[in-house]
Amino acid sequence: MANVDFQRTVSTPSHHYSFERSGKFFARFHVDLTLLMLLTLLAVTGLLILFSGSGQEIGMVKRQAIHFGIGLLLMIGAAQITPRQYQFLAPWGYIVGVILLAGVLFFGVGAKGAQRWLELPGLPRFQPSELVKLTLPLTVAWFMSKHSVPPRFSNLLKALIIIFIPTLLILKQPDLGTSILISASGILVLFFAGVSWTLITSMITLLAACAPAMWFFVMHDYQKQRVLTFLNPESDPLGSGWNIIQSKTAIGSGGVHGKGYLMGSQSHLEFLPESHTDFIIAVLAEETGLLGVCMLLILYTLIIMRCLYMAANCSTLFGRLLSGSIAITFFIYVFVNIGMVSGILPIVGVPLPMISYGGTSVVSLFLAFGILMSMYTHREN
Amino acid sequence: MWEQSFRDKGYERRLFRNRAVVAALIVLIALSMLVWRMFYLQVLSHEKYRDLSENNRIQLRPVAPNRGLIYDRNGVLLAENIPSYSLTIVPERAADLDETLAFLQDLIGFSERDLEQFEKRLSYRRRPYDPVVLRYRLSEKEIADVLVNRYYLPGIDVEAQLVRHYPLGDAFAHVLGYVGRINQKDQEKLDEEDDVKRRYSATQYIGKTGVERRYEELLHGNVGYEKVETNARGRLLRTIERVDPEPGKDLTLHLDSRLQLLAAELMKEKRGAIVAIEVKTGGILSLYSNPTFDPNKFVTGISFSDYSQLRDNIDEPFLDRATRGQYPPASTLKPFIGLAALDIGTTTWNARISDPGWFQLDNDERFYRDWKRTGHGIVDLNKAIIESCDTYFYDVAVRTGVDRLTPFLSQFGFGRDMTVDVISAVPGILPDRDWKHDRLRSNWYPGDTVNLGIGQGYMNVTPLQLATATATLANKGVWQVPRLLAAEGDVEEVIEHGDIPDIQLKDPQNWDRMFNSLEQVILSPTGTARILQQTLDFPIAGKTGTAQKVGIKQNEKYDSAALRERLRDHAWFMGFGPTENPEVAVAVIVENGESSGRTAAPIAQAMINAYLHMREDSLKQELLKQNSPVLSEDNEGKPVNGLFTNSTPRDINDNG
Repeated sequence: MANVDFQRTVSTPSHHYSFERSGKFFARFHVDLTLLMLLTLLAVTGLLILFSGSGQEIGMVKRQAIHFGIGLLLMIGAAQITPRQYQFLAPWGYIVGVILLAGVLFFGVGAKGAQRWLELPGLPRFQPSELVKLTLPLTVAWFMSKHSVPPRFSNLLKALIIIFIPTLLILKQPDLGTSILISASGILVLFFAGVSWTLITSMITLLAACAPAMWFFVMHDYQKQRVLTFLNPESDPLGSGWNIIQSKTAIGSGGVHGKGYLMGSQSHLEFLPESHTDFIIAVLAEETGLLGVCMLLILYTLIIMRCLYMAANCSTLFGRLLSGSIAITFFIYVFVNIGMVSGILPIVGVPLPMISYGGTSVVSLFLAFGILMSMYTHREN
Repeated sequence: MWEQSFRDKGYERRLFRNRAVVAALIVLIALSMLVWRMFYLQVLSHEKYRDLSENNRIQLRPVAPNRGLIYDRNGVLLAENIPSYSLTIVPERAADLDETLAFLQDLIGFSERDLEQFEKRLSYRRRPYDPVVLRYRLSEKEIADVLVNRYYLPGIDVEAQLVRHYPLGDAFAHVLGYVGRINQKDQEKLDEEDDVKRRYSATQYIGKTGVERRYEELLHGNVGYEKVETNARGRLLRTIERVDPEPGKDLTLHLDSRLQLLAAELMKEKRGAIVAIEVKTGGILSLYSNPTFDPNKFVTGISFSDYSQLRDNIDEPFLDRATRGQYPPASTLKPFIGLAALDIGTTTWNARISDPGWFQLDNDERFYRDWKRTGHGIVDLNKAIIESCDTYFYDVAVRTGVDRLTPFLSQFGFGRDMTVDVISAVPGILPDRDWKHDRLRSNWYPGDTVNLGIGQGYMNVTPLQLATATATLANKGVWQVPRLLAAEGDVEEVIEHGDIPDIQLKDPQNWDRMFNSLEQVILSPTGTARILQQTLDFPIAGKTGTAQKVGIKQNEKYDSAALRERLRDHAWFMGFGPTENPEVAVAVIVENGESSGRTAAPIAQAMINAYLHMREDSLKQELLKQNSPVLSEDNEGKPVNGLFTNSTPRDINDNG
């Protein structure tokens, strides 16, 4: 226990008296003030970028601000639920999630050949995969924390089965991007649970070996097309290569200082597609240049590091595993989005966390941070 | 829960912390990869992407010049540019082209032909994101329907453009010609010269025939440019810089729309042509061929059924009879033969022959008959002209000989294209020994000369040629080459007619005596055009002609009544007035008109009368104007020298 106290003292330096005071006030509501401030900063930045990326549509910015408000409330709410309650809820949430995913395959609605949405009577249309994004790491963390770490091989296999059921269901929709991200959130729990490096390396090797098989048996034509376009966008400059060429042009033309806020010609002249959602980082890059991008990346780094720090200082193994997974999943979103927009990863539909327009994404992110705060602030053994 | 209590919490914590450190390192490495990537794009490749971005939004667009307008001599607009709205599609932007087309079919409708043309245009080489026209000439309701539904129709737009319009339509179709879309053949020709290609980079229409084609270079103007900022849809957002196109020159023609419309009226239900030339200037006052067609249909593309109807019409509306219709001049040639014989000395005004009703060559049994079976009795040149005696001219032609006749006739422009700017004009045929040898591989027989004497046989003239010869005769041999263009912009057009020598008669008195004979054709009780006495507003001179129909394409399609009608002789009349100091010369042909006196001559007289009446009126007005300067202010709206009002034809002649 002394160990824990020591960590607490370090986290709130004593000479910041008022900060410590308010930190304590927020701690009473299980809210981490540092993370809250970082997230608020990110949210405000996001609104500013969105104003430009949406073509100065103040209505869209207002709606996004409402999303942030709802997200904040939900985050605070989620922080009030104790880790014990989360452990109890985890498997049930998981089962409901899997049933809903199966439901999508049979009754789902969607567009462009993919079924991702479910319409249940009395509920707004929603994507069950969003729910699973939260419940899967919860469940894996719950399962791993029931047993000793590092996990025994049999438990590892069970955990993998838990991960692959929803992954396969989402893959069937088909939604390759989400299924990879969701399985990653589960696998990250295993990584933090201490799966041996030998196993990790052999798994990576195995995956690399399976990649060609994936190409021929798992991937759909449009997914293959995306990869091909990624490898050579100029092959179809007006079709599938258009997006990536335009986003690279937007980013590159921004230079070091950018063209100035609201002055991005690429985005404002409608060359840049999805400038308020998936490709919004290109707007920032065009208008504020390398400096702006670096500032945003620093902000993201601070958030991720704060989350990892919080994870390391959770009182329970369940909390640590879950928080670690949440922190790194958040990072993966950032990395995949910026990587795809800047042309080092294929185009997958991943929004930039807290910046891209979209209620679902914002709300589920805040929920995740709420859970993380709960894990960090509730003292349990 | 029991399992948990025995676990080594310190170890678990350390294990997690190790993993967290590794994860943090991976995060930092990955994020620095992103930073590196951004550095690569934004710093190392900045220039490349900056240029790409500039090109993206800044486009240099060529701007088509407005085509020059065409006026008649009184400032009446003959060719103008009116706005027209077309429906365009950017196929790259249309979500589903077939669906869009189906929607549009329901919305405003378009024909099979439109669709066919659209697909053809689509298949041409074009820049991506260039709009392709689906339908021209949208009505206001259609424009509204499209614009209201544009939200559902990505890639659809309504474009305004100026389209050529010929307000007087049919009457000027042949002489003005028309513009049409630049087709691939035109484009290939334009592409031959870089400068021309550049000048036409935004142009969609080009003069296809007539004045529109002849003066394409003047009418077209020069291309302008604008630097514009566009969005990815190519929609114009802002014009950054603009170099205005240089509009084409407005042209004023010698044509008089009142005469031309009168010509159209006079030729109604007839096939033939009317040409009127201002004697002192060579300015073509009227150049009309009937039947004609509506040139406006050709501007944005005539429908196939309309076109084939015109093309297959046995009356051949596309044939410009005034400049390309070739007919034997028949008796209208007689005054020229007469002048030739007088000048060469093979006859005099006093020489007489006895006409039994036929002519025979020495050592030849063949009879060359006079149109009057009983003959004209004792005939001199004057009587031969008045009564159009064939025998007299058989005789005089043979005695003059083809080798002396044709060089003289050639001076009047027969067998030559004397026009400066009538693009469709053809030279006709003035046969001689060489011509017959080259064309028919045959020797010239004396009988050919006999036929030539009365303008039959191999000789062919166009109505424009006969009018030109008549004008030259009326001007007593002083050449004014026929011309359409009077002024270019504000500048009067001076057309040099180079080394065409004026016709010098050894005895200039012969001009006046021939004028007198030609006047007697109308005034004499035996004159072939005596019928014109009834409507004699001005003293005029002229000559009838009856061109024998040498044969006809025997086509089963023609029903026998139509065939019989088409086997009739063509009726000619050439004339000028007033006899003293002639101002206007006219040639008229009425195909299958049979009797010149009943068909061609009254038409020619009506044209001459109309012109001279208008001259009188304008001279009166000018006198009034000189006396009261206030009146002159009312006389506006004439773009250039309203030829009638501001200057007399004599002035122009002096300038030229």
